[in-house]
Amino acid sequence: VSANMFRAVVRLSASGARSLTRSRTSISAPLASRCYSHGKVETDEEFDSRWVTYFSKPDIDAWELRKGMNTLIGYDLVPEPKILDSALKACRRLDDLASAIRILEAVKEKAGPHKDIYPYLIQELQPTLTELGISTPEELGIDR
Amino acid sequence: MLRLPSVRLGGLVVRRASAALSSPVRMASHEVSQTVDMSQPMYWDRVDTPLPDRRYKDILTDSEKSLKQKEKGPWAQLSKEEKIALYRMSFLQTFPEMKQRSDEWKTVMGGIFIFLGFTGLLVWWQRIHVYPQRPHTFDPEWQEKQLQRMLDMRISPVEGISSKWDYEKGQWK
Repeated sequence: VSANMFRAVVRLSASGARSLTRSRTSISAPLASRCYSHGKVETDEEFDSRWVTYFSKPDIDAWELRKGMNTLIGYDLVPEPKILDSALKACRRLDDLASAIRILEAVKEKAGPHKDIYPYLIQELQPTLTELGISTPEELGIDR
Repeated sequence: MLRLPSVRLGGLVVRRASAALSSPVRMASHEVSQTVDMSQPMYWDRVDTPLPDRRYKDILTDSEKSLKQKEKGPWAQLSKEEKIALYRMSFLQTFPEMKQRSDEWKTVMGGIFIFLGFTGLLVWWQRIHVYPQRPHTFDPEWQEKQLQRMLDMRISPVEGISSKWDYEKGQWK
């Protein structure tokens, strides 16, 4: 399963006038643009890299982590693995394992009825999870 | 610890906030319940706010404190139980626990039906003991005579009842 295919899946919103969300018709089609009266549309890549940068701040503090995660969870999308990777590493810098596990729970929740998103995310994050020693909720048995 | 009433939002999110404690207040001879200091960061379990403003357990025992120290090292060295303990120090409920359905709806529906039933009994009693007798003007014989009188008086002859009666043939049109 290519990463590209899931880019369409991880963006949950199919329609709506929210400026941050957009729909992709197919993998190779050009980005569907919306007719705004003014203002630049942020691409998916820009959105992702903005958030990766946010969590990559070396001296990120606990408040910024919480604020970032709560805001990110508030969006109508499941965050890309690279954003979550950055967030988990931020948890490591803050010595906060509980928040790392909580983040995994939260993105599983965000996927909603799409049951194949969370396993994909775990698969993509496995290197980081192993490297940092983060157990998934399933491994700890707290996913029931 | 004072628990604020849980509010159901869309059936999925259960919000129960617990806040920093203040000591119970005693006034005269009775005890007022503990007050919640809402100016302090509060803890809550919400699906849409995974990381609340503060950790669940503020005050840690010594063993918990030492576990927190161990957390500063490599996490791979922590056992499963230690990881779960760290999670529970920071959070009260896991996501599945938060989203648990309860049987409260059965109580609510049961209560509704009980009260509806009771109201029905009241209405029935009222019909028997409060309402006056059925007026004699509702009897079929009276109604016939009434209708005949209305037709004789040519009530509503343009578009109403008398216009529907064929006076020559003595029947409805």
